[in-house]
Amino acid sequence: MASTYEKIATNTLGSAASSVTFSSIPSTYTDLVLISNAAVSSGAAQMLCRLNSDTGTNYSFTRLGGDGSTTESSKATSVSYMQITWFGYLTTTINQAGIANFMNYSNSTTYKTVLTRSNNAGNGVGANVNLWRSTSAINTILLYPDASTFATGSNFTLYGIKAA
Amino acid sequence: MATTYTLISSVTVGSGGASSMTFNSIPSTYTDLCFLISARSTDAGGGDYVVARPNGATTNFTFRNLASYDSATPVSENGTLEFYTPIPAAGGTASTFGSTHIYIPNYNSSNYKSASQEGVNERNSSSGALMLNANLWSNTSAITSFTLVTLFANFAQYSTAYLYGISNA
Repeated sequence: MASTYEKIATNTLGSAASSVTFSSIPSTYTDLVLISNAAVSSGAAQMLCRLNSDTGTNYSFTRLGGDGSTTESSKATSVSYMQITWFGYLTTTINQAGIANFMNYSNSTTYKTVLTRSNNAGNGVGANVNLWRSTSAINTILLYPDASTFATGSNFTLYGIKAA
Repeated sequence: MATTYTLISSVTVGSGGASSMTFNSIPSTYTDLCFLISARSTDAGGGDYVVARPNGATTNFTFRNLASYDSATPVSENGTLEFYTPIPAAGGTASTFGSTHIYIPNYNSSNYKSASQEGVNERNSSSGALMLNANLWSNTSAITSFTLVTLFANFAQYSTAYLYGISNA
């Protein structure tokens, strides 16, 4: 039986890092899934993302979240990053569970949509939809916290899913 | 290429229902666990909840969620229940089963165990519910078993649960 769900790369940090990069992502899959179980070295932070080293204002997102007592939805347009977490943001303990789905990432015709779920029972749950206004196939994913650094022991794994 | 997404075990509830669905001796050879559940409760009300207990535990849980009940404004709740989300029950629309997805990263680690969960009770009438949950089990033990129960009653016949292991090796 053909394998349809395969690990592309994994990174468990042996020391604090300002970012994590998955590069040379093969175009042989249909979709990508990023699993994170991460923390930051101090304070709290959102996990942000850029694709193919694009630092332009080519991203937007709409988000829904709750902190256990209140809910909120909002959006941002023409920003220079995608937002992987929201209410389920990173703290100094590895209590976060994140899932990001990159749909049809290797086509060269359409803009790319990324759905994310961020979960941290200590601060909340979030659901984001991100858009990268580029028709390029995704070959590099950069993850970084908007404050501090990713803490030692943080784990990130990128999987590829094949439709054929 | 190694297989990374593997069925560990599944349960299908038979005639008469079942008070629980149990997954024992979960191997430590994977990185993450994923449950896909289709379930219905025998409770006389219109809705119930599927409750997942790692290692059979009933304490040291916290959650925060996003929840939608019928047409009401969505809410966010917090509490100390185990991993839980809504499912239909016998008092509601016949033949409807709720879908639940639970993802548990790094279930073998010595950290506390976090989980992403979502589930629904959609039954073409009032009292439907949708939940997105952030779960935490504050325990450093590796997860070696799971017990699934309902909050109020038993699982109805034809309820199913599939447990998958995901490996990043």
